[in-house]
Parts: sequence; structure tokens; C-alpha cells
Amino acid sequence: MPDVAIIGAGTTRFMRRSLETGKELSYEAAKMALDSAGLTLKDIQAVCMGTAPDAFDGLHMKGEYLLDGAGGFGKPYMRGYVGGGTGVFAPIQGWYHVASGLFDICLVVCEEKMSSCQPHPQGAFLTIFDHTTERPLGPNLLWIFALEMNRYMTTYGIQKKDIALVSVKNKKNAMDNPIAQLPMEITVDDVLKSEVLAWPVQRLDVSPTSDGAAAIVLASEKVARKLTNKPVWIQGVGWSLDTSYWTDKDLCYPRYVEKAARMAYGMAGVKEPKKEINVVEPYDPFDYKELHHLEGLLLCDKGDAPRITADGVTQRNGNMPACPSGGLLGCGNPIAASGLMKISEIFYQLRGEAGKRQVPGKPLRGLAQAWGDLMQVGTVVVMGVDKPRAKGKKAR
Amino acid sequence: MELKGKPLTDEEFRKGKVITVPWNPKAMYEWDTGTAMGRYLDGMKQGKIIGVQCHKCRRIMVPPRDFCELCFRNVDEYTEIKDTGSVNTFSICNVSWDMKRISSPLIPAVIELDGASEGMGIMHLLGEVDPKSVTRGMKVKAVWKPAQEREGAITDIRYFKPL
Repeated sequence: MPDVAIIGAGTTRFMRRSLETGKELSYEAAKMALDSAGLTLKDIQAVCMGTAPDAFDGLHMKGEYLLDGAGGFGKPYMRGYVGGGTGVFAPIQGWYHVASGLFDICLVVCEEKMSSCQPHPQGAFLTIFDHTTERPLGPNLLWIFALEMNRYMTTYGIQKKDIALVSVKNKKNAMDNPIAQLPMEITVDDVLKSEVLAWPVQRLDVSPTSDGAAAIVLASEKVARKLTNKPVWIQGVGWSLDTSYWTDKDLCYPRYVEKAARMAYGMAGVKEPKKEINVVEPYDPFDYKELHHLEGLLLCDKGDAPRITADGVTQRNGNMPACPSGGLLGCGNPIAASGLMKISEIFYQLRGEAGKRQVPGKPLRGLAQAWGDLMQVGTVVVMGVDKPRAKGKKAR
Repeated sequence: MELKGKPLTDEEFRKGKVITVPWNPKAMYEWDTGTAMGRYLDGMKQGKIIGVQCHKCRRIMVPPRDFCELCFRNVDEYTEIKDTGSVNTFSICNVSWDMKRISSPLIPAVIELDGASEGMGIMHLLGEVDPKSVTRGMKVKAVWKPAQEREGAITDIRYFKPL
């Protein structure tokens, strides 16, 4: 099985509303990624597209609509979709296109344009609820997060002020990220005093809706070695979906993220994730989600993520920098694009090219993760400056 | 690298600085309720909460399903669950889906129902309770609509109130 490396990346600005269409955003990100790898579209053998619900754009078969912008015309092209987990799932698809030996170079593009949906993109989310048992109760998307966050807090005795630290950190980190939509310096108090939307969720606990696109180029080892002296290897991938009967499981812990992580760690030969993962981009559409995911990724003990956050472990200069990019809380959340942005951030961090966002100590291995659906899916990619140790090992 | 993407302000978008094309679809659906959900809603009409049991894993499940997703076999029997339970988790929601403030907050909750296996619950609303006094583990009971008003819907239970 050929090893697969990331050899280029590009991300547009993340914006509340962009002038560009989704197709145009896709083009800009794809072009940037190609340019950064020194390639043209002619060199690309296959294209994977990631984009979340069709309802945002009001276009059915959105993958086909975006095709030209993603450079997929006349090539093997596919769109995968696992809700909010899509942005880290699309590169997994790209990975198996190359790891299978079918292709040597694959372009992965992720796009989201949420602003078109009126009067508020939240409307597109309403249809995720069961039409018989849940929708008649008049739910909104915040409910599932609020219910999960409260369960997490009451299980471990976590206070809102402990969770708010994540929002403070990520929005501050975003100040060093030129693509960011909501970079700002705020305090825990600002978060605690912000509008209560659905207790315990307050305005500053939540990432915004956004437009944006991101892209990466994947290559097999023989091609990657010719094109760059700084390939970043995909060491392991994992994904898992939990039951759709979400009221039947304990919302205090994302066991599906753990399953995905264990799959990726197995492939990567990572035995002690706390020691062997040097920088991480956990999915943070809400501040508590970063904590939830650090635990699910086995990067800290259950219920202990607030403590390591308070201790500064997840700051850029800490032992386990989390969301050095600024995350979704700081950069914005164009759903699929934000997941791929996290992959790109780890790519830059491992190449030592993250500029002001660079974490110290020359990280050797990083991880990007996304989450989505009805609290169901975990998608995980482990990346490193070295090739995976457990070469050829089956995922499961 | 040059930054790509031109942000539009709300004013530019709303006040005609750029040309926009509106579309207001009216999508209509009507769902049949299926095997298990049909039994569930029929139970609601009679003022009962119906669950299912799988004899292999021995779980008593709610909401009911025709097959056990764990054992991947058909469930063995339909069984009545109690209409009392405890609050697994809850929220106090002040906004509608389009982010407008609502006058009196809704209290959505996951309620673990008595008689179902541990941790098995449904999403519903709490009522007749001061939002500030709701706690995890609080015992609650369904408040049903009068029999003649029930129509075979999850809303045949108006809400759950403290027991």
C-alpha cells in the first residue's frame, strides 16, 4: 500500500457572507492548493469534494454543481458527506484514492456557502431531527448542543467558566490567522455575560455561520518525493458513526470519536496518544466540543479536559496545543471547509510554516478531527513528518 | 499568499449593492409512520408509551424500533413503558430556530423513562416548572392531552412535569 503525503494546501477567507459563489470559492481554494504544490490541474488524476447539506446552497446534487470549481470536470470525481464530519472525511477519501494505488495525485476540495439560506442558515438544520418524534416539538439546532453540554457539565461537575476558556483561547489564536472571521481578544467574563441562547449555551460559546473553501493536494510517495522535500505524511485515518437513537446513549462522552481515533492510532502506530500527538485541531463548533473531543481522542482523561485547559496545556506554547489555527470559534465555521482547514493547519504546523501561529518545539505528529450529524460521527486524520510506523497494518 | 474571498456586508447584500436572486420553495412531505413508529403513535393516542424488547440483548428500548440495531435481528415484543422518568439532561431555550427571542423559554430535555433499560430516553419538553429549579435526575411524569384531543402524535404528551 503506497504511503500518502499532503504536498499543498490553500484556504480562502472565512466570511459571514462572501461575494463569491460556492463554485468560485472552490476554485480559489483549489487553485491556491495547486499553486502551492507547483502543479496544474492537468497533473491531478482524481478529485474528492466535501460539502455539507445541500439545503444551505438550495442546490440538490451540490457536488455536481461545484464540480467545475473543484477541478473535477472530466476526471474521476466524487462527493462524500458525513455532516459536520465531512471536512476531515473528504481527505480520508482522498487518502484511499491514493493508498489504493489507483491514483498518484488527488485533489481534495471542501466548500460551504451557508449565507444563501434565508432568513437564517439554522433553518437548513431543522430537518436533521426525526420527523415523527422530534420535529413536532419545535426543536432548533442549539438544543442538541445544549443538552449535550449540560450532560457533560453535570457528569463531571464542570463550570461554565472552565469551558469559556476555550472560546477565549481560540478567538485569540485566530488573531494570528489572516483567514479568520471572528478573531478577538475576550475574557471569560465576556463569555459568561453574553446572551443566553439555550442554557448552558451562550452567544460566545458558539462559532458563527460562514462561507469559505479549503483544498489540499495528496500524492503517493514516489510523486511526493519528486515534488517537495517537506511532505507531510498521512499516518492514520479513522471514522465511525454512532446510533441515530441519540436519546439512548450517554451524551457525556463521544464514544464514536474514540472509535475513530483508535482506528487512526492503530494505523499510525501511536500507542500513547497523550505523548505522541504534539499538536491537535479538535473540532470546536462550540467551546465545550473541544473539551469533549480532546477526551474522545484519548488526549486527556475523561472529564479532565477543562483542567488541562485551565493549566495552559492547550495553549500554543503548551504541551498539547489545541486549535492553534483559532479553530471554528475564531476562524468561522463553513462546515466542510472548516474541517479541511484543520487538516491544512496541521500541515503548516508540521512543516514549520505556520508563521505567527507556529507552535514551538518542532512538532513531529499532529491530528485533525471533525464531528457531525446528530451527535454521531467522528472523523480523524493523524499526520506526521515521518512515514507511518505500522506500515501495511490493517485498520481494524 | 494572497488572501482570496471578498466579504460582503449585510448592507451590501440586503440593500441591492449586489444583484441577488430569491427563491422561496414550498416543499411538502407526508410521512407514513412505519411499523414500529406506527405502534408508538397508536400508543400515544391511547395515553401509553410503547417500547420494544429484544430477547437477545434483553434491552427494553424506546423510542421503539422494528429491529434491534445492536443484535441486528427483529425485536421480539412490544411492551408498555411507564410515563414517568427522570431528567437525563435539559436546556432552557430562549431563542427560536431563526435566532429570535421567544417570550417564555422552552425547556427541552432527554427523559429516561421508567421501565425501559437504563439510559433509554426520549426528547420532550418540561412544563409546570420554574426553569431555574430543573435538575438532572429530577423525577417527572407525562402530562397527556385529554383522550378526545389525542391524535397519535408525540405532542399527545403536552410535556413532562415534576412528580
